[in-house]
Amino acid sequence: MEVGTSRLKEGFAKMQKGGVIMDVVTPEEAKIAEKAGAVAVMALHAVPADIRKAGGVARMADPAIIEKITKAVTIPVMAKCRIGHIAEAQVLQSIGVDMVDESEVLTPADDAHIDKSKFTIPFVCGARNLGEALRRINEGAAMIRTKGEPGTGDVVEAVRHMRTMNTQLAELAKAKGNRVFLKKKAEEFKVPLELVEKTAGMGRLPVVNFAAGGIATPADAALMMQLGSDGIFVGSGIFKSSSPEKYAKAIVEATRHYDQPDVVLKVSKGLGEAMKGIDTKALLPEQKMQERSR
Amino acid sequence: MKVGVLGLQGDVSEHLEALEKLGAKGAWVKDLASLAEAEALIIPGGESTTIGRLLEESWLFEMVQQRAKGGMPIFGTCAGLILLAKEAGEQARQTGQRLLGLMDMEVDRNAFGRQRESFEQPIEINGLGQFPGVFIRAPAIRKVFGKCEALAQLDGRIIAARQGKLLATAFHPELTGDLRLHRYFLEQVY
Repeated sequence: MEVGTSRLKEGFAKMQKGGVIMDVVTPEEAKIAEKAGAVAVMALHAVPADIRKAGGVARMADPAIIEKITKAVTIPVMAKCRIGHIAEAQVLQSIGVDMVDESEVLTPADDAHIDKSKFTIPFVCGARNLGEALRRINEGAAMIRTKGEPGTGDVVEAVRHMRTMNTQLAELAKAKGNRVFLKKKAEEFKVPLELVEKTAGMGRLPVVNFAAGGIATPADAALMMQLGSDGIFVGSGIFKSSSPEKYAKAIVEATRHYDQPDVVLKVSKGLGEAMKGIDTKALLPEQKMQERSR
Repeated sequence: MKVGVLGLQGDVSEHLEALEKLGAKGAWVKDLASLAEAEALIIPGGESTTIGRLLEESWLFEMVQQRAKGGMPIFGTCAGLILLAKEAGEQARQTGQRLLGLMDMEVDRNAFGRQRESFEQPIEINGLGQFPGVFIRAPAIRKVFGKCEALAQLDGRIIAARQGKLLATAFHPELTGDLRLHRYFLEQVY
């Protein structure tokens, strides 16, 4: 019997496809998310919007809260550790969390990322472009998500990251078989040539790729799915809205029926206030969480 | 023949790829019109609570039941197995999950534990021989009754079953590249 193989880790991520993963801070919120049709919950001590507001050092959530959330729901539970914080990731694995998000939402603990291949449980990491994505995959990430700009409710950065990735993937796919070009790309991305060749051959990221960071409405989710996301992470968008149950259900349906405007229209009606949000252009570079890793 | 893959959530494209490799015509099913065109159906892996909820919201729930009763072959993997079962124990009760209830079996969700405990293990399938078992937060069949027949067991738990034109596995053949179970579904069950 084998555990922790890449097939099991990447397979777990594949089971999340077409789904919505929701940030929750209490067992009650986790139950609301499960009931609304979330494929998994991300257990946190505060949603990104509140982390942004509070300032200071953001760390892994209290293990007691994470444990309570794992007991409250039957769907997978994920949790965030700081970039490079091997010990936090080990604690999360010991709790029995199903996937770790090595996340720029928390304050980084190291300039280098975790060697994720050493863990039994799978990891998801953020990326703004193909180079970042392939470096994380090379470190053992089983899933990639856009970084976007967390806690803002402004979708523009997630769109930018997904479009950048798509353009770079198309460029690689076109150069399939062009060893000289792919070798140059491998050097530029600082990853092995085999990984670049594999990606060029597939014409997509070799692991599941979700959208995250600033998705606040059903239409935002539909937009990201139309850009080719495999699924959606919603952070502050649900529990910072005026009616979380309705928002959660509406985003799940819009994610599934992203290519049917009449469904997105139907579920978008009468939802109440979306989270207020912050225009990302109003942020100083040092306030941007996406700048925290490369 | 046109084989639909229920495409509400989960590893839909992996099943479509397996069908393509076998020369079968696969189609993404996510509404009544695409279900009507399918002659057989695969329910993929994913989150059974999510797929179940989306089945109800897209009016597919009753239609899948009706088609199954009319003889449409269905193959469910992992979450698909849970949805095909009549009973799914404590976890299903806890989430108020509705099941299609088409196969005479009682299943346990997450029977082997969380993702940390997910595993790969060669298994023995009646009539097929050894097969690579990929178990991801997998369910298990606690017992079969009525017309349902166990096809494979692991440590005393049933992990694959068949009832007439319905086939279910707790593991993911679609993640292995081994096409024998999909072929079995197309040739024997169909």
